[in-house]
Amino acid sequence: METFLSLNKVSMTFGERTKFHALDSISLSVERGEFVSLIGHSGCGKSTLLNLIAGLYRPSAGLISCEGQQILGPGPDRGVVFQNHSLLPWMTCHDNILLGVSQVFAARLDKGAMRRKVDQALDLVHLGHAANKYPHEISGGMKQRVGIARALAIEPRVLLLDEPFGALDALTRASLQDELIKIVEQTRSTVVMVTHDVDEAIFLSDRVVMMTNGPAAKIGEVLEVDIPRPRDRLEMTTTSAYAECRRRLLEFLYLKQAVVRH
Amino acid sequence: MIQTNTYAPSAARTNGKLLLSGLHSVVNRPWVVSLAIFVAFLSIWQALTSTGGGETSVDPEYAKLMGQAVGVTTGSSIPGPMAVARRAMELGSRAFDSSNPNNLGIFWHLYYSLGRVFLGYALAVVVAVPLGFGIGLMPWLYQALNPFIQVLKPISPLAWMPLALYGLKDSATAAIFIIFICSLWPLLINTAAGAAGVRQDWLNVAKVLGLKTSTKVLRIVFPAAVPMILTGMRISIGIAWFVIVAAEMVVGQNGIGYFIWNEWNNLQLSSMIVAIGLIGIIGFVLDQALAWVGQKLSFKE
Repeated sequence: METFLSLNKVSMTFGERTKFHALDSISLSVERGEFVSLIGHSGCGKSTLLNLIAGLYRPSAGLISCEGQQILGPGPDRGVVFQNHSLLPWMTCHDNILLGVSQVFAARLDKGAMRRKVDQALDLVHLGHAANKYPHEISGGMKQRVGIARALAIEPRVLLLDEPFGALDALTRASLQDELIKIVEQTRSTVVMVTHDVDEAIFLSDRVVMMTNGPAAKIGEVLEVDIPRPRDRLEMTTTSAYAECRRRLLEFLYLKQAVVRH
Repeated sequence: MIQTNTYAPSAARTNGKLLLSGLHSVVNRPWVVSLAIFVAFLSIWQALTSTGGGETSVDPEYAKLMGQAVGVTTGSSIPGPMAVARRAMELGSRAFDSSNPNNLGIFWHLYYSLGRVFLGYALAVVVAVPLGFGIGLMPWLYQALNPFIQVLKPISPLAWMPLALYGLKDSATAAIFIIFICSLWPLLINTAAGAAGVRQDWLNVAKVLGLKTSTKVLRIVFPAAVPMILTGMRISIGIAWFVIVAAEMVVGQNGIGYFIWNEWNNLQLSSMIVAIGLIGIIGFVLDQALAWVGQKLSFKE
């Protein structure tokens, strides 16, 4: 398999005078169609790393490239799903998705085709019925699904998810994870996801990247999740491979990288 | 002894319950309190003005003579609520009278005042909203204009009056200019704050979708700034309605401010009080109208 997304010795420092060293020499490569999770304690810089891939920040040192092209800024080749959905409250769900679609496809498609693309994206997350609703009229879980539809509708090369289900209750979270796993299989997307949920990481990922505590966070360990797909949430928990993955993640997070409270 | 001992606490409890239930019903119906305050206000007003046979002093000529001769204005010369209500009926009955340009109906005075306010205010909106947007989106423009805004903003709008009269050579235009200048600053500052304070999340959406600057401004920054712009518009209309009264006292040939001043010169105190009440009511209506528009146009979360 070829390297699709590659991070080469990426470091990130914030601030002009009082410098904060967030990430230190991160190297990572993601293959096409792979699902990679970044896990770590809060403040370890995992969201910073995702924002670097999204192009919202420029790395202080190192190189990030996608399909051999250096990433110099944000762009619609990378679809981002934000933690707090970030839907624009003055637009309907349909128009929220259309905003990106018409930016990307205006030159190639006519209006009808673009509207169909939006409808397809909404159907993918089973929200065809909510197309003309405003974000304040739908639940938190539905908003997050619209967020995912918005990111997928522009047909990105990589899907970047920043704690996409962090603000949802456990039951909604589980059903959205099931939905996401189906969507990813259907669209064969390459995904990088930030999470702090051990079970979520195992269930969804091919690999889990464990990050050490900041400042100057590094990649601590990388876990290959050797559980065959399609995965079933319940069945999976009975396997020894699952137990081993869970043990390794918990050991890393709570033993090796235990947060020292002062 | 025993009886009183057992009786007293229960009575206290009943009293307490009554008091509580009374308090409860008031909390549920605050308009009862409003009504009580209004009635109390009218009674105190009536009591204070009826002592010296106040209503006889309505005759302006007599009052003027008395005022000048004695040099003392007693409390009794302020008309009571009944006299004011009668005067309000009189003014209302000839509100639309425009037969005598020196004695216009009260409607026409309000019409001229509101006309000046709307003209000056509309001009201010046309100038301040685009300019505020530019300031909000371009920090260099903000830094360049900020010293001027900070120095011009605290100037009382009436301080411009003589200069405006001299420069514009027309009292009505001068009044419109005064309204323009006093409406400008809240609009400008709120629009700029609205455009500059768009939530980072939404700007990130624009970035990751790769939106063109024009799309970003029209589809994201402008709708996000609408609530702040409307807050500025609401503050400005309030200030404009404040200032027009004072401006018309100085320059007017008509308008509600001129009316008050004119009635003061005639010692027609009842008319003044009616006009003061009308100014309050119209200011309230203007404010509520803009609040309603703001609610309609602002996004919901």
